[in-house]
Amino acid sequence: MSDLFTYGDAGWGDEILRGLAVTVQLALSTLPLGLLIGFVIAFAAMSHRPALRFVGFGYTTLMRGLPEILTLFVVYNGVGLLLNSALRRISPEAAPVDFSPFAAGVIALGMVFGAFAAEVIRGAFNALDRGQVEAGLAVGMRKSQIFWRIKLPQVWRFALPGLGNLWINMLKDTALVSIIALDDLMRATKVAVGVTKQPFTFYLVACLIYWALCLVSEFILARMERRANRGVRRAGA
Amino acid sequence: MNPFEIFAEYWPRLLDGTLMTIKLTGLGALIAALVSPWLALWRVHGSTLSQLPLRLYISFIRGTPILAQLFLVFYGSGQFRPLLTEWGLWNFFRDPFNCALLVFAVNSTAYQTEILRGGIQGVASGEIEAAKAVGMGRLLTLRRVVFPHAYRIAWPAIGNEVILLMKASALASVVTVFDLMGRTRQIFSRTFDFSVYLWAAVIYLCITAAFVLLWRLAERRLSRHVPIHTTGAKP
Amino acid sequence: MIRNTAFAGLVLAGLLGTAAQAETLRLGTEGAYPPFNYMETDGTVAGFDVDIGLELCKRIGADCDVVAQDWDGIIPGLLANKYDFIIASMFITEDRKKQVDFTEPYYKAAMTHVVPKDSDITEFTNEALAGKIVGAQGSTTQADYIAATYPDADIRLYPTQDEANLDMASGRIDLQVGDMLPMLDWTTKSEDGACCELAGEPITDPAFVGEGVGIALRQEDDELRERLNKALQEIRDDGTYKAINDKYFAIDVYTMK
Repeated sequence: MSDLFTYGDAGWGDEILRGLAVTVQLALSTLPLGLLIGFVIAFAAMSHRPALRFVGFGYTTLMRGLPEILTLFVVYNGVGLLLNSALRRISPEAAPVDFSPFAAGVIALGMVFGAFAAEVIRGAFNALDRGQVEAGLAVGMRKSQIFWRIKLPQVWRFALPGLGNLWINMLKDTALVSIIALDDLMRATKVAVGVTKQPFTFYLVACLIYWALCLVSEFILARMERRANRGVRRAGA
Repeated sequence: MNPFEIFAEYWPRLLDGTLMTIKLTGLGALIAALVSPWLALWRVHGSTLSQLPLRLYISFIRGTPILAQLFLVFYGSGQFRPLLTEWGLWNFFRDPFNCALLVFAVNSTAYQTEILRGGIQGVASGEIEAAKAVGMGRLLTLRRVVFPHAYRIAWPAIGNEVILLMKASALASVVTVFDLMGRTRQIFSRTFDFSVYLWAAVIYLCITAAFVLLWRLAERRLSRHVPIHTTGAKP
Repeated sequence: MIRNTAFAGLVLAGLLGTAAQAETLRLGTEGAYPPFNYMETDGTVAGFDVDIGLELCKRIGADCDVVAQDWDGIIPGLLANKYDFIIASMFITEDRKKQVDFTEPYYKAAMTHVVPKDSDITEFTNEALAGKIVGAQGSTTQADYIAATYPDADIRLYPTQDEANLDMASGRIDLQVGDMLPMLDWTTKSEDGACCELAGEPITDPAFVGEGVGIALRQEDDELRERLNKALQEIRDDGTYKAINDKYFAIDVYTMK
């Protein structure tokens, strides 16, 4: 049984590892996009303009209410078709553009991550102590200084646990891209099952790998939280 | 075809899928709701050592994609057919609906247990002491004091969990259970008409909206005796 | 200096058009449909479809990359330009022709029923199969066939043929309908397929199997279609097709004789 997982042409070890690399790459590429969308939507939702607030609120409600897999299909099938029909309308000769499963995965997962992250970030801004902003004003700090030196470091501290949860959810959601033909960990496992006819063995291994990824993430996140919270006095400690 | 023609032609299938989605989510959440209070008590009162299997189970569920769990249970059980037949369990695993429901219920149980644990720990110790003082037994205290309060604390989070479960049920079609998402893909692969995805999105949002409304109504009932009902106190 | 001229030559060749240098095309296939297309343990896609496709590429002077794509999304993938043609054992049907164009058939097709060896199913009518669990791969002509012919059966549709086979071997389905050749291959050559056997008459109703199996292209790519047709005729005539055919099958799948 162990030779099923050997490295090389005979076993599935290398395919699964390569799939794992794609999964990790996908998650790491999604993170910055998701955070960016999260901040933009959070600022929209906290804006003084009703129109922007409506956009922010609408986006989070929509994205959080739809199954991730539906978002992924819409992005993968829809955006590709849409782009090409738009291109053809502009110039009939234009070569059709390619929209890779990887790009679709990053965009779809980033959109979902962004919607949830916006809520976390908004909550973190709301949790800020107003007195500190006033203290900043009192010592003569400019608005931008207050934002960078007082608000952002604390928002980071408040948002970190929530964002950490979202990271773990997103890591797991990357498995969905196997359905749209990206050679990630899940798909490599499916292929191995198709050939070896040992579904339990291989899916169990895949589960264990995802689990390990999440445990490692949790460990790193806990350390990051401890770092972000240094200098914070705890009651009774 | 325009979007309305698609809907006019395929609405019976979409309805069929919608009902399956509701059935899977509802039953899954219900089973989890029946099991999770006991596990939550175990999580709060059990000794560290006795909690180990429970914590492993919750960590495993939270650390693995539901898609992988579905494949593991559905196709994986096929690998053990002789054994399962011997134990009389094969008839259960033979039906893809049972497999999907099992995965969703086991999943939701893990999350609901953690949410309820938070709720139970949020019950002020003074209330429990008061219950003791008026001579309530342990069971009565649980039934009359601890759980009503814990559920009131946990209620919004449990609602969120049910919505997450509903979204996760969109994966059931990978094991041949044709829920709303499965029907949608089926219609798309026949018509290649993109608007069917938009209809699916509308239906999912309607289900979520209806659920949120019902859940809020229930929440108001749960806390009807709480004198000061401040709005906006919830996160 | 030498490097510079070589570079200039490359640029020139690029400017002069594609005829002189090898163009690069992307061949789309599924990779879960043995022996026509399947994954090797080294992660590459192999099979009859892929061999024929790559041979045709060679004949039209193109370098081809093989792209694996799930079946449900295989036509949308072509339309969204994820690859330039599909060679994945796709039946030429009227429904699909609304979306894509096909080359001439590169093999003939038929479908068949498959049952477990200990099955008591002998009749293939809607009445006889009412309440039985009937499986097929989703979004296929087989799926259309069972939906139309056995409306009272309990129909299960799988994302891939491999998964349908896996589930038939584990005893979850009473009957499946699949393409003749992969089913023949599965039941006679694979270990897990030994559970099951072909049953009944081959299904050749043209309403479902169409004119045969063709290569699908975007509707605007008429030129590529003509080149592929010509290359297909060439490999039929010079025996290359037969050589590939014999690697996989005992009969000539082009004529099914």
